[in-house]
Amino acid sequence: MMRDTDYSKWQLWSLVILRVAIGWHFLYEGIVKLLNPNWSSLGYLMDSKGLFEGVFHSIAGNPALLNVMDSINMWGLILIGAGLIVGLFTRIASIAGIALLAFYYLSHPAIIGVSFAMPTEGSYLWVNKNLIELLTLWVIVLFPTWKTIGMDRFLFNKK
Amino acid sequence: MNDKDKNASGSKMNRRDVLKGLATVPVLGAMAYGTWRKTRQEHIRNHKLSKELNMSAEQKEYSPFKHDGDTIRIGIIGYGIRGTQLMKAAGFTHPDALQKLKDQSATNSQDKRFADFQEQDDLNIRVTGVCDLFDVHAEKAIAAAANIGREGTGGQMGQPPKRYLNYRDMLAADDIDAVIIASPDHWHAQMTIDAAKAGKHVYAEKGFSLTMDENYTIRDAVKSSGIVYQLGHQGRQTESYIKAKEAIDKKLIGKINLIEVCTNRNSANGAWVYDIHPDANPNTVDWATFEEPCEVKHPWSPERFFRWRCWWDYGTGLSGDLLTHEFDAINQILGMGIPTSASASGGVYVWNNKKRGDYVNEIREVPDVWNAVLEYPDLDFSLLYSASLGSNNSRGKTIMGHDGYMEFGNSLTVYADRQSTRYAEQIKSGLIDPELPIYTYIPGRKNTDAVATATEQYFAARGLLYTYRGGRRVDTTHLHIAEWLQSIREGTQPSCNVDQAFEEGVAAAMGIMAHRENRTIFWDKDKEQVV
Repeated sequence: MMRDTDYSKWQLWSLVILRVAIGWHFLYEGIVKLLNPNWSSLGYLMDSKGLFEGVFHSIAGNPALLNVMDSINMWGLILIGAGLIVGLFTRIASIAGIALLAFYYLSHPAIIGVSFAMPTEGSYLWVNKNLIELLTLWVIVLFPTWKTIGMDRFLFNKK
Repeated sequence: MNDKDKNASGSKMNRRDVLKGLATVPVLGAMAYGTWRKTRQEHIRNHKLSKELNMSAEQKEYSPFKHDGDTIRIGIIGYGIRGTQLMKAAGFTHPDALQKLKDQSATNSQDKRFADFQEQDDLNIRVTGVCDLFDVHAEKAIAAAANIGREGTGGQMGQPPKRYLNYRDMLAADDIDAVIIASPDHWHAQMTIDAAKAGKHVYAEKGFSLTMDENYTIRDAVKSSGIVYQLGHQGRQTESYIKAKEAIDKKLIGKINLIEVCTNRNSANGAWVYDIHPDANPNTVDWATFEEPCEVKHPWSPERFFRWRCWWDYGTGLSGDLLTHEFDAINQILGMGIPTSASASGGVYVWNNKKRGDYVNEIREVPDVWNAVLEYPDLDFSLLYSASLGSNNSRGKTIMGHDGYMEFGNSLTVYADRQSTRYAEQIKSGLIDPELPIYTYIPGRKNTDAVATATEQYFAARGLLYTYRGGRRVDTTHLHIAEWLQSIREGTQPSCNVDQAFEEGVAAAMGIMAHRENRTIFWDKDKEQVV
């Protein structure tokens, strides 16, 4: 793997900006949910289609599990977002972000013959923005920047 | 490297470390600022808007009705489809039917019907008498009434009620305080009148009456007897209707000029072409009593017995059967009463094919596609009803006014009109966007609202099945019966009393007359009669 110190300045800052932008997206999605007392993932889960719709529907049908999912989703988005922005526990945050996005993708896959009640702003076939964001986070994991720009610098440089 | 160099480079690295380590932290500040700005703007908009609209934030409590006091002894007349639903709403379900719900809940976590039923309030009643002309239904009613443990097959059973072959004997019994009438429409008037004369309180299903004349006789009998009468429009308990009334009273949509309501169904059951029970025959059905109110008697017909809603001899068609639900919903909100005139047209356009296997001997008489216009010139609006029993394109209820319009069913949404006078300033300033709702009300928003069958979903969407009270899902029919029982105990009038029922009954009868006589029917408000 390329060591972060090997990046050119342009490479380094482009990757940092990408990381922060994804973090921003996660954090704001989390804050919006936190600020809305009526928010619940219920409608989103019920709208699920494709191979795993049964799984997501059964989560929606179980009030206790639904509450847990709501909390994981809301606080997951906030912590992952903040982690990516400030570069703290960035690798864990990125991988958690990939897991969350995988859930979104699997619950609303852009497959043929499936349409969702949730409005989308574009047209997708197999690849949608969740998948792209997921793949981008994977790039972030493989091209780490947090040891240079980010609070992880304090943790990693200790040793 | 000597120590001095090491220290110098170390401290230089430390400063760089700090800068690089915290380089992206200010982004959090930008997020906080942006969120604050956006939230504040939305808050100000919402605050201004809610101040302008002045709608209350309160939700109805789960159970507004009291059940203490004496146990009321109930007789049930008619245990068909609706009778079964009414008994369930009152707290009594056949063990086998309940077992089925229990099994379905076990395999489908979204199916909450069993738990909902078990948690339903105990209304402090006993079913002491049942009456049905079909032996199979009567036996089912007895088992349901005895299922006091609310358990499935093999659960705790109480004392079975007495079965009466004729409802008149039930009305004469001392251990009956009140009756629930879920017979076909052609029996509603006589049964209600007889019950009133016997001093038994009545909860009766819609339609109120079969003919125009019956509206007067039922009303007179109920009023002179002093019994507590409730007509079965459970929509009276729907929270969104209550909110809709508040929105109208607070003039959110201004002066009303047009109301559109509809019915849409597309199944044999929905079109009243019900299954014919294989055990029904002249030995198990009291056909003579079924036909008693009919001027012209018909030979035994299982088709007419089970699908009575399809013939004018027994049913009231879309007018009495389903327009009435819509009419009563609007009457509850606007209190507009009986229309000045009614015109109607339609036909048997969908369920008209004997070859398809829909019918055994006879094709239905009552239309399956039907439209009616009720005029209210004194109030300057028209009420338009259109129904199809061959399409599921449900269009909800819409009330249109000069300043806005509202759409409602289970939820309520209010929009401002682009040309509104009331909202002109706010639309100009951007506070109100006519494309977006200015008010929405979704009861029990955080709750799971997954119901099982298509029919149930149809009713749920119309607020005819479930409503939310204090965050719990509750059957509106249960609330409607609970309100009736409370009125009996307290000697008060329930929400759909005989005066409200009379208005519904006359409106429905005007619709039927308009259709069958192919003319516009006019109502004289002062003389209280058709002219």
